[in-house]
Amino acid sequence: MASAKGSLRSELGRVRGLGSAKEGVHHWWAQRVSAIALIPLSLWFVACIVFLIDVDRATAVQWLGSPVTLGLMSLFLIALIYHAVLGLQVVVEDYIHGKAAKLILLLIIQFAGFGLAATGIIAMLLITLYGG
Amino acid sequence: MASHPRPTSPHLQIYRPQLTSILSILHRIAGIFLSLGILALIYWLVAAASSAEAFDQAQSLAASIVGRSLLFLWTGAFFYHLLNGLRHLAWDAGWGFELTAVYRSGWAVLIGSVVLSLAAWALGYWARGGL
Repeated sequence: MASAKGSLRSELGRVRGLGSAKEGVHHWWAQRVSAIALIPLSLWFVACIVFLIDVDRATAVQWLGSPVTLGLMSLFLIALIYHAVLGLQVVVEDYIHGKAAKLILLLIIQFAGFGLAATGIIAMLLITLYGG
Repeated sequence: MASHPRPTSPHLQIYRPQLTSILSILHRIAGIFLSLGILALIYWLVAAASSAEAFDQAQSLAASIVGRSLLFLWTGAFFYHLLNGLRHLAWDAGWGFELTAVYRSGWAVLIGSVVLSLAAWALGYWARGGL
């Protein structure tokens, strides 16, 4: 046992020099900030969607196309997708152990997150500007 | 290499399932399931932006048995993840760590998410005057 007395660091970890990358707190914090933002935003979304579940397009577009809905829906989509990407990232890191599979899944999650957020916000803009 | 084998924790299936461990994994499962709901939401928004036909198709998919079942499960997952998330935020602030409090808040989250899910659906059906 060559490790310093009382250290919990493994020999391999010491040799590889892999320690804290000082990013864990950022992830932890961002997960909670987005969670707090989602409390009012998601409740607003669910309260509205309950009344839109089987309306025709004109009614839906009328609600979706208001500037307030555009603003709140954009904030909701950003907070929701950011929160989901952070959460799914941890799930992949915890359960997927193959290096290639982990990397590919993390890339898919990141790209899908940006792509879905952009798609949703562009759809909202089109509805607001052109009435769908 | 270490000269002694490093201690290992017993495998998960050794432990008796408890409310705390079930709720913990349920939080992750609900989160993964809700993430899939993002796909449905974006599809719905794109359909609304596209055409009346596209939106009608999205609405009839949502109204189908499979659609309604998914929406109901998403409602349950949402309220569970929301309430259990509040429980987690309280823990982060240092509140509710006593064992009795952990169990009490756990049951409150379970019962609360069932009640809120049913209330949301009752409100939805009431708003359009029945089934």
